[in-house]
Amino acid sequence: MDNQQLQVVLEMRGITKRFPGVLANDKVDLTLNAGEVLALLGENGAGKSTLMNVLIGLYRQDEGEIYLGGKRVEIHSPSDAADLGIGMVHQNFKLVRTMTVAENIILGLKDLPFIPKIQEVTKRIKALSDQYHLKVDPSAYIWQLSVGEQQRVEILKLIYRGASILILDEPTAVLTPQEAQELEHVLEILTSEGKSAIFITHKMEEVMAFSDRVLVLQQGKLIASRNTDETSPQELARLMVGREVLFRLDKEPCQPGDTVLELKDICAMDNRGLPALNDLSLEIKSGEILGIAGVAGNGQNHLAEVVTGLKKPSKGQVILNGKDVTQNSPLQMIQSGVSYIPADRIGMGAVGNMAVSENLSMKGYRKEPITRNGILQPKQITKFAKNLIELFRIATPTPATRIKFLSGGNIQKAILAREIDSCSGLMVAVYPSRGLDVGATESVRKMLLDQRQRGLAVLLISEDLDELLSISDRIAVLFDGRIMGVVPSEHVDSETLGLMMGGVPISALPDEAVS
Amino acid sequence: MRVVFEKRQSISRQAMVLVPVLSFFAALLLGAILLLSSGANPITTYVAMLRGAFGSTYSFSETLVKAIPLMLTGLGVAVAFKMRFWNIGAEGQFVWGGIAGTFVALFLSQYIPDPLLLPAVILGGTIAGAIWAGIPAVLKAYIGVDETLTSLMLNYVAILYAQYLFYGPWRDPEGYGFPGTALFPEAAWLPRLLNRAHLGLVFAFIAALVLWFIFNRTRWGFELKIIGENKTAAEYLGIKIARNIVLALLLSGALSGLAGASEVAGLSRRLQTGFSMGYGYTAIIVAWMAQLKSIPVLFVAVLMAALLVGGDQVQLTMGLPSSVGLVLQGLILFPMLAGSLFTEYRLRIIRQKNEPSISPDQEIESELQS
Repeated sequence: MDNQQLQVVLEMRGITKRFPGVLANDKVDLTLNAGEVLALLGENGAGKSTLMNVLIGLYRQDEGEIYLGGKRVEIHSPSDAADLGIGMVHQNFKLVRTMTVAENIILGLKDLPFIPKIQEVTKRIKALSDQYHLKVDPSAYIWQLSVGEQQRVEILKLIYRGASILILDEPTAVLTPQEAQELEHVLEILTSEGKSAIFITHKMEEVMAFSDRVLVLQQGKLIASRNTDETSPQELARLMVGREVLFRLDKEPCQPGDTVLELKDICAMDNRGLPALNDLSLEIKSGEILGIAGVAGNGQNHLAEVVTGLKKPSKGQVILNGKDVTQNSPLQMIQSGVSYIPADRIGMGAVGNMAVSENLSMKGYRKEPITRNGILQPKQITKFAKNLIELFRIATPTPATRIKFLSGGNIQKAILAREIDSCSGLMVAVYPSRGLDVGATESVRKMLLDQRQRGLAVLLISEDLDELLSISDRIAVLFDGRIMGVVPSEHVDSETLGLMMGGVPISALPDEAVS
Repeated sequence: MRVVFEKRQSISRQAMVLVPVLSFFAALLLGAILLLSSGANPITTYVAMLRGAFGSTYSFSETLVKAIPLMLTGLGVAVAFKMRFWNIGAEGQFVWGGIAGTFVALFLSQYIPDPLLLPAVILGGTIAGAIWAGIPAVLKAYIGVDETLTSLMLNYVAILYAQYLFYGPWRDPEGYGFPGTALFPEAAWLPRLLNRAHLGLVFAFIAALVLWFIFNRTRWGFELKIIGENKTAAEYLGIKIARNIVLALLLSGALSGLAGASEVAGLSRRLQTGFSMGYGYTAIIVAWMAQLKSIPVLFVAVLMAALLVGGDQVQLTMGLPSSVGLVLQGLILFPMLAGSLFTEYRLRIIRQKNEPSISPDQEIESELQS
C-alpha cells in the first residue's frame, strides 16, 4: 500500500457502548484508509464485535460519532449501512440454504423488480466473480457449497451491493489453510481497487499475513494501534493478553500422584468432517490441575467431549486409571468417576424447566438413596439438595424452584455442586467461571482447588489466563487442535502463553521464555 | 407508552388453572357468534347441550362412553408429547387396538380358555397399538425421520386396513351385508358398569395413576422428563435417548391400543363401520388442554366427550348440525395456545421514556424510538 496517499474513508470517534453491567466499548477511536486492511485484535469479550455491530447499525452507540468520507452519518440499521457502502460477513453466514447463489445475492435488494431478471443477475455475478477471483457457480444451491465457497458468496453479495467497506468477522475461523490463502488473495484485489476491509480476529499469524494496520482492544478500550510491518507477534501477544495477573489464590504445593488420564495421539473430526483435534497427547495425575489455554474454537469443546465419552476420537487412545476407555459411552465415563462442567450451562449442564433439587440429583439419581429399586425417593432428593445448597451457597428461593429462574452464577454453582459431589477421579471443567462476577468466580476457583486437594485430577479448560495462572499446576496450550506445548504455571509469563495461543509451538520459542 | 411481555420470576400457578378455564369460556363466546349467525339462540343451544350431556343418568353414561377412548388416547398422546415426540398417530394406534382385539376374540377364541379370552383380547390390542407407535418411534430415534408425517400417514394405513377387513375377509357372513365382523363370543365382552359405559373407564383411571407414578416417582420417568426437556443435557448425563424414546412411544401406543381394544370389546363387540371416529385426533386437544398432565386428562376428556354428546343432542332436539360440538372443541384450542404464554410471561405497560433497560435489544429499541 502506498503510504503517501492516505485517504481516510471512515472515522469512528469516541464510540462508547454500554450494556447492563458491562462497558463494551469505552471511547474507541478508529480510522480506516482507502485500500487498507485493518485488523481488530483482542481476546473474546474485548469489544471487537460490539464496535463492528455499531458500525453496521445492529447496535446504536451511547456516545461518539461516525464519519464517512468526512461527513457525519447516522446508522440505524444494517440497511442504512448497506446504503452507505458498509457490509459485514458474519461468522455464521446469513444464507438461505435452499436457494441458489444468485437468489441469495439479490435477496433483500430494495430496487428489485417484481420478477427479477435472473439471467442478468447471473451475468453480473459471473463478471464480478471473475474480477475478484471469487469462483462460485451462481446457479448452485447454497447447501451444495463448502464453507469456503459460502464465504465467497457472502463477500460477492457485499460487492454486488456496491460495498466499499467490508467487515469480516473471524473470516478464517471456518476455512482450511488453502481457503484462507485464497481469501488473502481476494483481499489484495479488493484493496487494489480502493476498497477497504476490517477484520476481527484473535490470531496473530492472520494479523501479520492479511493486515496493513492493527488495532488492539482490551476490555472495551483501544490500547494500541500499530502498522503491521512495524510490530511483531510477540508485541501483539503482550498487548492482547499482557495485563498483570491480578491475584493468585493461596494454594498448597502440588503433590501429583498416579496418572489418572492419559490421551495418546488423539484425532477427532468436527461436525463438518474437518479435523478438530490433531495427534493430541496429554497426561494428568491425581492431585493436579492441568490448565488448557487457547482461544475459543481451537478444539477445547472437542477435547472435553472426547474425555467425557460424548465424542469418539477417530484415532488414538483415552486411558483412564490405566484402562483403555476410548470406546466408552458417556454413562460408562460417568460411572468411572469422570465429572464434566460443560461450557454451555443452560443448554447442556442444566434442565431449565426442572427443579433445582432435581437438577442437583441428575448424576446421583441412578443410585441409592435417591432411588430405591428404580423408585425415586422425594424426601431423599430434597434432603440431598438442601445439603448441597447449603454447602455450595446456592441462592435459590426453595429447592423446588425451577432452575432457570436462578442467576447464571447460581446455576453454575448448582452444576458445580452436582459434578463435584459425583466426582471420584477426573473433573473436566470448561470455562467454569465465564460470565460470573468476581465473588462467584473466586468461589468457583476455590472449589476446583479443593478438588485438587482431595486428590482428584482436574482438566481446566479456560480462556482466562489469570484463572489458568492462578490455579493450575501445568498449562498446556491448544491451537488448531494441537498442543503447542506444556509449561509449569509458576515459570511462564503471559507473553509466552500469548504466542503459543497464536500458534507458535514451544520448540520455536527462545529457551529463556520457558525455563 | 409501550406494552412489553416480561418473563415472570416463577411459573404462575393461577395462570396454569385459569388459562384452560378461561379458554373454555372464550370458546363458548366465539361459538355464540357462530350460532347467532346461523340464527340459533346460543343460550338455549348451550343449555340443550348441557342437558344432552349430563341431564340424565343415561346421557351421563353416554358422555362416559365417549370419554373412555378420549381418556386413554389422551394419556397416550400426552406421554409422547412430554418427550417432544409429536405422535399424531393415536387414531391409527387406536384402530390397531381394535383390529388385534377382534382377531383374538374371533379367531383365537377356540385356542384360549374362556376366562383368559378377555385379557387376551385386551392384551392383543394393547400390543398392536404399541407396535404401530413403535414404527415412527424407531424411524425417528435411529434415523431421524420426521415423526409427524410417519405417525399421521400410518393412521390412513390402519383405518383403511380395518375397513378392508370388515368389508372383506372378516365380514360377518350372516350380517345381511352390513359392514362389520361377527359378534364376539360372550367371553370376550368387556363388562359394562353403567348402561353402555364399560370397564374401560377403570382402565383409564388406573392408567392415569400409573403414568403419574412413572413420571413423578420412578427413575425411568425422571430420565424421560430430562429427555423431553433437554436432549443435549440428557446425552451429557449419560441417558440413552434413542432407546428411551422408543420405550416411551411403545407406552404411548399401548394406551391408544388399549382404548381401541376396550372400545370393540366393551361397546360394539365387533369391529364395524364407524369404529374410527377421530378420538385419536381429539386426544391431541385433550392432552394439550390438560397441559400433558395425567390426572387432568381424565377431566378434560369428560368435557370433550360432553361436547360431542351435547352436539348430538342439539341435532336431535333443535335441528342444528351436531358439529356444533366439534366446532367448540376446535375453538378451545386457539385461546389455550395463546393463553399458555401467560404462565411464563406477563404484560407490563411502560409509561416513562427513560425506563432502565432490560436487555441490549430493548435498549436499542427505546433509543430508536426517542
